[in-house]
This record gives sequence, C-alpha cells and structure tokens, in this order.
Amino acid sequence: MRVAVVIFPGSNCDRDMMVAIERITGRRPQMVWHKETGLDAADLVIVPGGFSFGDYLRCGALAARSPIMEAVLDHASRGGAILGVCNGFQILLETGLLPGTLVKNKGLKFICRSTNLQVQETISSPFTSGLEAGSQLAIPVAHNEGNYFADEDTLASLRDNGQIALTYVNGPAFGPSNPNGSAHDIAGILSPNGRIMGMMPHPERAADPDIGNSDGLIFLKNAVEMVAA
Amino acid sequence: MKVTVNISLKEGVLDPQGRAVERSLASIGFTEASNVRIGKQITLDVDAEDTARAHQRAARMCEQILANTVIEDYEITIEEDQ
Repeated sequence: MRVAVVIFPGSNCDRDMMVAIERITGRRPQMVWHKETGLDAADLVIVPGGFSFGDYLRCGALAARSPIMEAVLDHASRGGAILGVCNGFQILLETGLLPGTLVKNKGLKFICRSTNLQVQETISSPFTSGLEAGSQLAIPVAHNEGNYFADEDTLASLRDNGQIALTYVNGPAFGPSNPNGSAHDIAGILSPNGRIMGMMPHPERAADPDIGNSDGLIFLKNAVEMVAA
Repeated sequence: MKVTVNISLKEGVLDPQGRAVERSLASIGFTEASNVRIGKQITLDVDAEDTARAHQRAARMCEQILANTVIEDYEITIEEDQ
C-alpha cells in the first residue's frame, strides 16, 4: 500500500496527514513537491489542506495548474484513488476531477470547530464501503470557503448517483449542524466512479487518541484498507 | 495590447460579501442601494498581432484559469497599444 501526499507552497496539513498515514500503514507516505512530475505508482494520492499559493485568484486555482497535477490526473484516469481534504478538495474541484465549487461560508467567517458528519449510502467507493451508512463521525473543519455550490442538475445527479458521501448533521458538536451553508449539507462528495473523494472536514486533525477524538483516524484507516483491498 | 477581464458572479449565485456590503451601505444612509455584487478585475498585457487574436487568447485564459465558470461570468475588453 503506497500513499503519496502532494505538497504545494502554502500547504499546511501535509505533515499532520503524513503522521496519520504513518500511524495507519507503518510507513511514511511519499511526500511529493508540486514541481515534481511523477507519483511513483502510488495507490492512494492525498491532496492535503492549507492555503496553497495563498488562496490567490481562487482557493486551489493555482495549485490545480501545478506540474504535479498532470500526474494526479493520469492517476485518476487509471482509476487511482485520490482524497482531497479542505484546500485539497478545492484543488480537485478546480481541476474538474469533482463537480461544483466551494464558495465563501454563508456567515462570512472563517470556521474552525468540530462538526458531526453522517456517512451516506453511496456508490461503491473505498472511502465509504467499510463505513456503515447512517453512522456518524465527529471531525473538525477549518475553512473560509467551504460552502459547497453546484447548479441544480449537478446536485440532483450527485444525489441520484450516490455521490454525496458525508453530510453535516446535528450532534454533540457545538453550533449549527451545517456550518457554512453548503447545498444539501454536503461535507464530502465522490467522483462518478467512487475513486475520488473531496471533503472539507480534516480527518488528520482527529487522528490521535491523545487529543480525545480519533474519528478521523477511523475514516482514514478505512480508506487506506479499502484502497489496498 | 491591454486586456481587461471583468469577472462577476453568475446570476443566482449568492454573494454573501455583497450582501454584507449592502447592509453596511444601508446603515450609513445609502438605503437606495440594492443588489450589491462584488467581482474582480484582472488587467494584463497580451502580445498579439490583432485584437481578435488577443480576445481569443484572453477567452482561453478565462476558461482555463482566470474564471471559475461554474459560478463566474467574464467579460473581456481590449485596448490597442498607442
């Protein structure tokens, strides 16, 4: 099982992701700088969170046109698994690997807190297949542009094809269930073939029992195991 | 040639920033202001033989990176160098 984590100037969750993945696989993932052009046959490519290129122009817009993304697109065209978290989700949307976009939070504020997520019934996907539909995970968000937007046809097709993977729901976390105004309370979506997932919440920030919440580790561990299966 | 690209949010896309500015305008007395929408303007020099070519290249730049056509419209104006 080989995992690669892509790093852009301004990525800031790459190291947390590396630690979480190493905790699961026992191996340090390949850390790939955005100027590189190869991915060394990775099974799972992770695009981590942060503020790539300072969020200039639009979140993820410049990173999506970085040299490494050619290799990521190749990996995707071979049916490779890709996970984008937060800014990584924004980058995958900007590349067109996932539909829609993320706009400014409804309340105009940067939101940094835990959220309750519900696993949805989806198409076959390594990111959801080991998790029970309807089960909940508490995973934190930290973003200013996490408000998922797409036209009605796209939203309907996401729903009808089972591409909505995670939604914000009521639960023990403080604050309104949908933190940012996302359409259909969307927190994470899948590509039509289920091999690519983008999510705003940060599983790598809830991946250490010492901080009192390891739901993110449950999510990542499942993804790693299912991609390897 | 001097190319100016005006990028605006498509109709129907919520603009929470515009709404916040609208409320502030009202709070300082500009109650006649409504439908405040915030966009951005990008200016650039483009090396091209004529305006048609410059326009064509600028449109491709918009489609590929400058605008996110899921939520944004763009408008290109070109000024020939003096």
